[in-house]
Amino acid sequence: MHRLKGKTHIAPSGSASRRTTRIALAVVSASALALGAAACGGGGSDNGGKKTDTPTTSAAAPSGNGGALQLPDLHGQKLEVAAVWTGPEQKNFQKVLDEFDKRTGAKTTFVPTGDSQSTFLGTKIQGGAPPDVAFLAQNGVLHQFADKGWLKPLGPEAQAQLGKNFSPGWQKLGAWKGKQYGVYAKVSNKSLIWYNAAAFSNAGATEPKTWADFLKTAETVFESGTTPVSIGGADGWTLTDWFENIYLSQAGPEKYDQLAAHTIKWTDPSVKAALTTLGQLFGNKDLIAGGAKGALGTDFPKSVTQTFSANPPAAAMVYEGDFVSAFISANTKAKVGTDAKEFPFPAVGTGKAPVVSGGDVGVALKDGKGAQALLTFIASTDAAKVWAQGGGYLSPNKSLDLSAYPDDVQRNIAQSLIAAGDDFRFDMSDQAPAAFGGTKGEGEWKDLQDFLAKPSDVAGAQAKLEADATKAYGS
Amino acid sequence: MGTRPWVAAVFLLPALVLLGALVAYPIVYTVKRSFYDADGSAFIGLKNFGTVFSDHGILTAVRNNVVWVVVAPAVATALGLVFAVLTERVRWGTAFKLIVFMPMAISMLAAGIIFRLVYEQDPSQGVANAVVVAVHDTFTDNAAYPGARPRPNSDLRPTAGGSFTSKSTAATGAPADLPLIGIPQNKVPSGARDAKPAPAQPGSVTGTVWLDFRPGGTGKPGVIDPGEKALSGVKVQAVKDGKVVASAKSGKDGTYKLPAAAVGAQLRLPGSNFAGKYEGINWLGPSLVTPSIIASYIWMWAGFAMVLIAAGLAGVPRELMEQARVDGANEWQVFRRITVPLLAPVLVVVTVTLMINVLKIFDLVYIIAPGNTQQNANVLALQLYLSSFGGGDDQGVGSAIGVILLLLVLPVMIFNIRRLRKEGRR
Repeated sequence: MHRLKGKTHIAPSGSASRRTTRIALAVVSASALALGAAACGGGGSDNGGKKTDTPTTSAAAPSGNGGALQLPDLHGQKLEVAAVWTGPEQKNFQKVLDEFDKRTGAKTTFVPTGDSQSTFLGTKIQGGAPPDVAFLAQNGVLHQFADKGWLKPLGPEAQAQLGKNFSPGWQKLGAWKGKQYGVYAKVSNKSLIWYNAAAFSNAGATEPKTWADFLKTAETVFESGTTPVSIGGADGWTLTDWFENIYLSQAGPEKYDQLAAHTIKWTDPSVKAALTTLGQLFGNKDLIAGGAKGALGTDFPKSVTQTFSANPPAAAMVYEGDFVSAFISANTKAKVGTDAKEFPFPAVGTGKAPVVSGGDVGVALKDGKGAQALLTFIASTDAAKVWAQGGGYLSPNKSLDLSAYPDDVQRNIAQSLIAAGDDFRFDMSDQAPAAFGGTKGEGEWKDLQDFLAKPSDVAGAQAKLEADATKAYGS
Repeated sequence: MGTRPWVAAVFLLPALVLLGALVAYPIVYTVKRSFYDADGSAFIGLKNFGTVFSDHGILTAVRNNVVWVVVAPAVATALGLVFAVLTERVRWGTAFKLIVFMPMAISMLAAGIIFRLVYEQDPSQGVANAVVVAVHDTFTDNAAYPGARPRPNSDLRPTAGGSFTSKSTAATGAPADLPLIGIPQNKVPSGARDAKPAPAQPGSVTGTVWLDFRPGGTGKPGVIDPGEKALSGVKVQAVKDGKVVASAKSGKDGTYKLPAAAVGAQLRLPGSNFAGKYEGINWLGPSLVTPSIIASYIWMWAGFAMVLIAAGLAGVPRELMEQARVDGANEWQVFRRITVPLLAPVLVVVTVTLMINVLKIFDLVYIIAPGNTQQNANVLALQLYLSSFGGGDDQGVGSAIGVILLLLVLPVMIFNIRRLRKEGRR
């Protein structure tokens, strides 16, 4: 769920990691100046002589990228960048912008859009003052804006970086009707189950690989006296994410795409199978913290907090994306990586383990060198490296060395994302019309909450989902 | 000195322009918009109204609005009246009034968040359930091991009422051990001994009740491993043909002993051993969510009613009440026959004001109702927002709901204006 991301990263990044970031930044920026100078020569710009630092030898340049990133000189240009990020997430991104400023001489400013992103940007565009670059949290908004002619296609330099660093699946997500508009630079991995390491070791449980094992593990944890699974059922989107993971693994990516586009109905047997599978967990009140009633009264932040505080904790496992780690660090005393660990969402039936993802796509709203240069930079490995070092960030950039991530947990999550290649799928509810996949108390959110309250009624849930989908998709 | 019409018009013009731009135009536009489709491009007549009256969710909203309009103003006014009359009599009445009026100083949003917490299901967080659970627990005993159950695949099978009954029948000489799981290590009573096998005793049925789990999952299922704790105080019944023939409680070392009558009977662990903790009332569940939110509204607005009524009360001639008392009326009669009739105009004003206020209630419902019961708590103003902006994205339907709301408020408004006119003429 995209909305969440704005609120997610309350976690303060430790001063130690900040220091290393700075040192790394110094190295990168020194080499960047060398590159920038080279770019100047080619760019033929007239006001490039303002540099105060002397470039160090080009030997200091990181060799991982082959030094191929060429950015134009943008001295005197002002760029506006809009995204939902606030707090540490924004600060982290600011480092990327600073780096861009250093390399090109441009002056970038960051504008937070707030939660109603399409409204915010829409009014700005219609008022004739759009930001140069915007990061859209919803895939559907990209399509909507592209149809209105508000987006500028990527230039050849940005395309080159994109082609080099991103798998076709991620490229395709940023394209619409044959044109490449966006770069998925910051994404999330929503196929993770976080667990309380102490509760697992007390129960003698191990990380399961398949759904059957997962249920067995849950049983084992129950025997030890800890409730196995915490579900944040008060927030409907956690339930849609549960469903999406099971559906993607069990029914496969093709069916997933069809269901996301509503070309197959929610009354399809594959949906029945997925809901039945989900019912194996939802229907067993011993396995859910507080039973169904308790889960429906638990919002997402609480579902995380109750898993990692008190002894015994209210639950041993909680499902959600990589952003859970930020909540753990901010709201509990548990340490991510030692007290709180994670394993990939188990594979269901004969399918592969699912990777459901979400993300923010960078698009250009204005013509001009500046916007294109920024997108080129965003798509580059250099930018991803700066970004990754701050933590709380995942990149689908396959050229990015995993050592850029600040800790093992982040590295593992990134690795399973990259390893999925093009078998990952974008969050289904984020692709659906908001009335179905993104509104409190309505559509899929509400229907799955009703299903959690009464997991035996698979057919009834399917019928309601289909009725709501028909209404929202208009077909 | 007569007023020339054009002079009057000039002086009225600024007010008319403002009213026209800010009130009349939006109303006219909303009415017009309600006849167009979602894009606002095609005229579709009354279809939006058809949608409103066929949509199940919107009908719930209409029904809830009726409940709100009937209950909330009446209760708030009644409470306000009681407070106003009573505070007149006590010395610290002003302090009391101040406290009752205090919630009015809070925004609806803040009040909503406060009550969201008050109604929290978890008794350790929601004060409403904390009270309910505390009262409940004072009068009932808690189960010894809530949430526990026998090991699956063991001899004990779940039966009616949360109890577990053995498949095989008990015999003397062969101890019938009853393994339980699902109890946190630190919830085992401190000082619990290690479980030990019960000695076979001729002429009686014996066995051990114990926690069949060792930290790290190292124990063997169904076997009393060293270090596994005995569970004392578990009730064991012997059942023959559905009748309890004997019963016993496990002792400190987990062993129990049933008399000879139990031989050949099935063993049962009654549900009272494991009954879950009382969880309190589901305030925000489908059936109670609207009353709960109305209660929070009354908490806010009873103070408003009280202050207005108290002001009215100050204007009531004391002599009438004194006279009634001299004539031998008791306090209730004074209240019923003198105070209330004299206050009637104020009571009507307060009720009508609250009715108008209640018809447009939105914030409390939007904030307090959790996602899964939002539809059960739905009201027209909330549905208007949801249909127009919050996911529905159909401002045609939204406008139609707006028009319906307007039609509902109109009679109340007309009544109010008429009454004001009458009063002016008097």
